[in-house]
Amino acid sequence: MLEAQELACLKGDRLLFRDLAFRLQDGEMLRIAGPNGVGKTSLLRLVTGLALPEAGEVRWRGHCIRREREAFHGELLYLGHAPALNDLLSPLENLRFACAAAGDHVAAEHCVQALVRIGLENQLDLPARVLSQGQRRRVGLARLFLSARRPLWVLDEPFTALDVHAVADLAATLSEHCAAGGIVMMTTHQDAPFARPPAVLDVGAFAC
Amino acid sequence: MLSAFLAVLRRDLLLAWRGRADVLVTLAFFVIVVCLFPFGVGAEPNQLRAIAPGVLWVAALLACLLSLHRLFAQDYADGTLEQLLLSREPAAVWVMAKVLAFWLSTGLPVIAVAPAMALLLDLEQGGLPVLVLSLALGTPILTLLGAVGAALTLGLRGGGMLLALLVLPLFVPVLIFGAGAVEAQLSGSGAVAHLLLLGGGLTGAIALAPWACAAALRISTD
Repeated sequence: MLEAQELACLKGDRLLFRDLAFRLQDGEMLRIAGPNGVGKTSLLRLVTGLALPEAGEVRWRGHCIRREREAFHGELLYLGHAPALNDLLSPLENLRFACAAAGDHVAAEHCVQALVRIGLENQLDLPARVLSQGQRRRVGLARLFLSARRPLWVLDEPFTALDVHAVADLAATLSEHCAAGGIVMMTTHQDAPFARPPAVLDVGAFAC
Repeated sequence: MLSAFLAVLRRDLLLAWRGRADVLVTLAFFVIVVCLFPFGVGAEPNQLRAIAPGVLWVAALLACLLSLHRLFAQDYADGTLEQLLLSREPAAVWVMAKVLAFWLSTGLPVIAVAPAMALLLDLEQGGLPVLVLSLALGTPILTLLGAVGAALTLGLRGGGMLLALLVLPLFVPVLIFGAGAVEAQLSGSGAVAHLLLLGGGLTGAIALAPWACAAALRISTD
């Protein structure tokens, strides 16, 4: 269970939102909505613990995430706006490093399978700098297939730059994760074919 | 814990190899700075011999500083740093791996060519082992201190210049004992005291700098 209480976010000297609260039970999906610049990405960064809230706190399974940071990060998968790819490494090297650095032991063949499944079988050994935007996005998303054991997925604009098939595929993967008891929290401006329409949190309603 | 350390170390060494032009630039900088001194102060062997330890140490220090701003910049720009901060492993572990990989790809080549540059300045051969040893103990301290500065100035406008202002004063004690070790050896009083102080400084830096660096990275990415 993930809950947030009375969150306030300060960016520079501007208060983006305050008194923001939500609660997500296992198996729920939440879409963060709102116009550009309202603080959607900032909210996701507060939830992951990358940024500190000005007021309020985020709790995971009843514990404040700042006190039990390493345990919380072991259960969290965050895919941010930047795809975390190094241009000099191949998609396979990037994916293997991402898993190892996060503390997951993933065999090389599972990484290959994940990349093949997401449609990059011909790009496994190319340097990431020659990939298109959509392909770069896919390398990051391949981690989803290797992170089923992490219950909380926080995704920032996961559908950006993907084609129609990939969007449907990703929506199915997210729905499956929730059906298995996981929690998905994401921002998107796009409609995707989810099995069950996600709950919507409009950050604009808490804007100052 | 060890697997995360090794994963970061292996990746950074691989990146250093694929981007080896950057490493060569650091090395070329060191060589050129040392070569400038005979032009500046004149090619009188006695004079060059007298200033050799200091010149070599200052050049090594500047070469180390030159590439420091690259330590976290790429990872910060492409989002890898965020992912590392979200790792379940303690941040000090992968910070240490990054610093080690950085030292292996910038500090170690400088130490390797330092004896050749010392001969160019006609440093007495008896001073060479102490020079190499003092650089081997001293440049990791410079890298560790510099990593804290690089983490603090990450993402700032003009961060490279600020980084130099921030860490150069901290480099002074290392420079004093590093160059002092070679001079003490040549004057016959023995370099053991200087080298022991450098060794102590290195153990202290290894124990403290990764934590400070990790805390600074959290502040910079907030």
